[in-house]
Formats: sequence, structure tokens, C-alpha cells
Amino acid sequence: MDDNKQYPLKKVCLICAKGSLEDVYAALVMTNGAVMEGIEAKLFFTFFGLDAITKTRMNSLKTGTVGNPAMRMPGGLPFPTLLGTLPGVEAGVSAMMRSQMEKLDIPPVDEFLELITAGGGEIYACKLAVDMFKLKKEDLSEHVSGILTIGDFYEMCGGQGTQIIFT
Amino acid sequence: MAQKQFAGVTVDVNDEGYFTNSSQWTVDVAKAVAQEEGLQLTDTHLAVLDYIRKSVEGGAALTIRSMGKCGIVDVKGFYGLFPGAPLKKATKIAGVPKPTSCI
Repeated sequence: MDDNKQYPLKKVCLICAKGSLEDVYAALVMTNGAVMEGIEAKLFFTFFGLDAITKTRMNSLKTGTVGNPAMRMPGGLPFPTLLGTLPGVEAGVSAMMRSQMEKLDIPPVDEFLELITAGGGEIYACKLAVDMFKLKKEDLSEHVSGILTIGDFYEMCGGQGTQIIFT
Repeated sequence: MAQKQFAGVTVDVNDEGYFTNSSQWTVDVAKAVAQEEGLQLTDTHLAVLDYIRKSVEGGAALTIRSMGKCGIVDVKGFYGLFPGAPLKKATKIAGVPKPTSCI
């Protein structure tokens, strides 16, 4: 029998530890994609990933313009790292990325969190990182279900057909 | 190509059960498809299905986000109407192709 049918994916638990635009969106798309398929989904933000659920920062995430060999200019020419160091370049590139995503109907971060939770997905913040960045519960989006230790999170990750994904 | 009987009508479907000829769809057929999915269609369901058929006819790519802005239900309501995988379920019942969107 087809293994995919016999042992379908039932739950995904994602951990996002980075706060750049593309890392956060990768985690959000994968989580929302699971929810859309009827797969139980939990997303845990830690370290710089917390920016994605911090009210004052979540909608102005940036993509790094320095040290990213895959970065291209519009038109496809390589993007020189030195150019990326100039003031305003990172903000401009990030704004361009966000507008491209909007064209594909990819929502801003706060609305994305709403989409995920509306479908039954759950969002968590890492307690250690919250303490380290001196954040409080009220600094975080209302879509965050709780501030957990990694142990608490692992306790939620049990069951056959569960996968943990670290982005 | 596979064929299936719904409410006495023979419908062309692909191997996942999606209609390959959207014009074979009727409300009665939809009710029978929904029953197979374990759903009893209400007027709200039918309004959403109508919206989906019109959007797809108009060439729109459906997403969960766009469904939340359809004016009939919000995203939570959409998940409530078609529990589990709402976009896949709703498009199957609406007799349109399976959506290819990731959002």
C-alpha cells in the first residue's frame, strides 16, 4: 500500500528562529499551508523570529541585502554586496519584496497570523527568547496563544504522523 | 477519464474527484457531492459555492485570503462551513478545478 496514504501527515510543528522577511514568510506559508490542508499546525517563534509576532516590528520585516549571494537586481544582474550596505537600500529592497508578495495575494504578517489562527493553527513564543529580549505578553500579537518553554512545545508535538520542521 | 453518478447525473471527474466539466454542475449534484464529503449544504454554503464558481469563471485564482473577503463569510466562517481542508472541499463541491494556490 502507498505509504503516503497509509501514514498521512497529521501534524506539523514549526520552529522559526530568524527574523528576516524571507525566513518568517517561509514559516508562515508552511504553517498556513498545513492548516489549509486540514493538517494540525503549531508555529513556535524563538530568538530573532520573535520579530514576526512583536506588534511594533511584525509589519516592517527586512530582507538582508548583505552577504546574500542569491540576491539579484531587477533584471537579473548580481546584486553587489557593497551596494547593500548603503543607507536605505535594505528598506527599499524589502519594500519591493513586500509589494511583490502582495501582488500574489500573500498577506502582511499580522493578517497572515490571523489566517492561520482562524483556521485553527496555533502560534507560540519562546519563553527564553522573550525574557532575553525583555518582551512582555502585551508586546506580542494577540494571535499568540502562549509563551512556552521548548519543553512545553515538545509536549505538544507528540503523536503518529507528526513532523517537526526547523526553518 | 472517470465518471461518477451524482443525483442521477453522470459527471466527468478526474482521479481526485474534481469535475473536469464545470457545466455538468447543478445544485442537486452539489448536494450529492457534499453528502459524500459528509456535509449538508445550507444557503450559506450555496452562496459561497456560487461565489467560487463565478470567481473561477472570471479567471481568478482562489486563495483562503480571497475567500475571507468574499463578503459572505470571513476566514473563520469558511473553515467552519467546510471543515478540514476548506478550499479543496469547497472547490470540489462547486465543480471547479482544484486550486493551485499555496495561500
